[in-house]
Amino acid sequence: MDILVCISHVPDTTAKINFTADGSSLDAAGVQFVINPYDEFGLTKALHIKEAQGGSITVLNVGGPETEPTLRKALAIGADKAIRINATPTDAITVAQNIKNHISANAYDLIICGQESIDYNGQQVPAMLAAMLRYPFVNACVGLELDGNTAKTKAEIDGGHATYSNALPMVIGGKKGLVEEKDLRIPNMRGIMSARSKPLGVEEPVAGAAPTKSATFEKPAGKAAVKMVAPDQIDELVRLLNEEAKAI
Amino acid sequence: MSVFVYVEDWDGALKKASFEAVSYAKTWADMLGCSVVALVSDSATGIDALGNYGADQIRTFSPAISGFGVAEQVKSMSEGGSGLVISGTNFGKTIAPAVAALSGGGLSTNTISTPLQTAPLQVKRGAFSSKGIETIEIHSEFPIISFTPNSIGIEERSGAGQISSVAAQGSDLLELIEKSVTTGKIALPEADVVVSAGRGLKGPENWGMVEELADVLGAATACSKPVSDIGWRPHSEHVGQTGIQVNPNLYIAIGISGAIQHLAGVSASKTIVVVNTDAEAPFFKAADYGIVGDAFEVVPKLVDALRAFKAAQ
Repeated sequence: MDILVCISHVPDTTAKINFTADGSSLDAAGVQFVINPYDEFGLTKALHIKEAQGGSITVLNVGGPETEPTLRKALAIGADKAIRINATPTDAITVAQNIKNHISANAYDLIICGQESIDYNGQQVPAMLAAMLRYPFVNACVGLELDGNTAKTKAEIDGGHATYSNALPMVIGGKKGLVEEKDLRIPNMRGIMSARSKPLGVEEPVAGAAPTKSATFEKPAGKAAVKMVAPDQIDELVRLLNEEAKAI
Repeated sequence: MSVFVYVEDWDGALKKASFEAVSYAKTWADMLGCSVVALVSDSATGIDALGNYGADQIRTFSPAISGFGVAEQVKSMSEGGSGLVISGTNFGKTIAPAVAALSGGGLSTNTISTPLQTAPLQVKRGAFSSKGIETIEIHSEFPIISFTPNSIGIEERSGAGQISSVAAQGSDLLELIEKSVTTGKIALPEADVVVSAGRGLKGPENWGMVEELADVLGAATACSKPVSDIGWRPHSEHVGQTGIQVNPNLYIAIGISGAIQHLAGVSASKTIVVVNTDAEAPFFKAADYGIVGDAFEVVPKLVDALRAFKAAQ
């Protein structure tokens, strides 16, 4: 089982988000970057599969050299090799095209992406990649079982769950449920040492015109000060929700 | 030329987000001076109502099972269109990128505004888990917009849509084994009101009052991350940065301290009410209304007060 896990390099979940003065991009000063949490569930699932039935795990990121520590962390957690496609990921279609080209030149049985990255929150690349490859795709995937060449998946749908079956290869957009929070692994010293000697290849992107472009970034408008209501004044809260907020 | 809109149904009933999608398409089409064509499953009922929201033509088709199959159908039916609108439901989020990949069109997901301009198309979208707003430009002949439900609003217009049926081929690369749906429950991403609770409730056995409050308000129930991680509530109720992101009219948080990751999932809510015993809980800074008090006293009183309010209406 050869598994490709696509990894995004994103600001830590606790990071305060600021933009550059001209609003053109994220102000990365003081921001700690991590493996996108959705991808970390996918990477851990890949480790479980490899431990159960053997195979290899390749992690891939589309990004500049500054993202390599994130790939090294994935290697320290247990991936076998890493690929960095040397392009700034600003548009989903071009990112998906670059990943597709890598997949076409290398055979994978299973491609695990996180459902979305917590920076641009596009939730676009996994479905685009699957459509370009014409591979089966399951979004919001919260369960995956493999039986030979057949995958059985469980996905969140509005108001419930669906289970699907299909032959590999396939693409999933995964999230928590693939594995649980407690299954996530912190790199240990041996992992960190061995990650240094694992291969990290750099591939150049294939040029494609990007159909989307960021114009500006801004922070959402701040909230007005909270109005406190005494716990014995519940009727007053109901009045405010009705008359002032028009929320009920 | 037309703006196309994919209209989603749920077991034959049109979704609220679908009326919002048609409203969106109509606003966009008016800016371009063109018509709106709605694409809807031939098993959906009440489709003539789409005309009231701006659909000039309503085309029915027999949908494929999987997102990819429907994406192929939507792509072929909207060939030559000026743009496409899809609501950001679970299913919409699966098909919109596939249509974009098949058509080479640019896509904006998480969109929270109608077009600011049309040449090139510019819209605002949520990014960085609602900690930022991005203005994005789409340079493509067939731009696709997937918007966050509840962020645009439904606008009624007068009009009648002309109904016809079309044949469209879609390939299913997945086999559906089973679908399990909790009927009667309101889907979180589309809910107008969300009642959410955290570790302050002390145990899963105390969720009865949360469900009661949700019941009175016609709300969906949700929870914080720690609560889903310790198994008190299912993951599908986890609201926050790595869970479901919501933007209801009213979000009521009970016994949730308001960690930055939780706020990222709910800060787009129009009105936020926080009930917490700790006056220093960070959530109060993000709230519109706050009550410092014990949930076990406040929530039953709130249920009674809301029942009385609803009865008086």
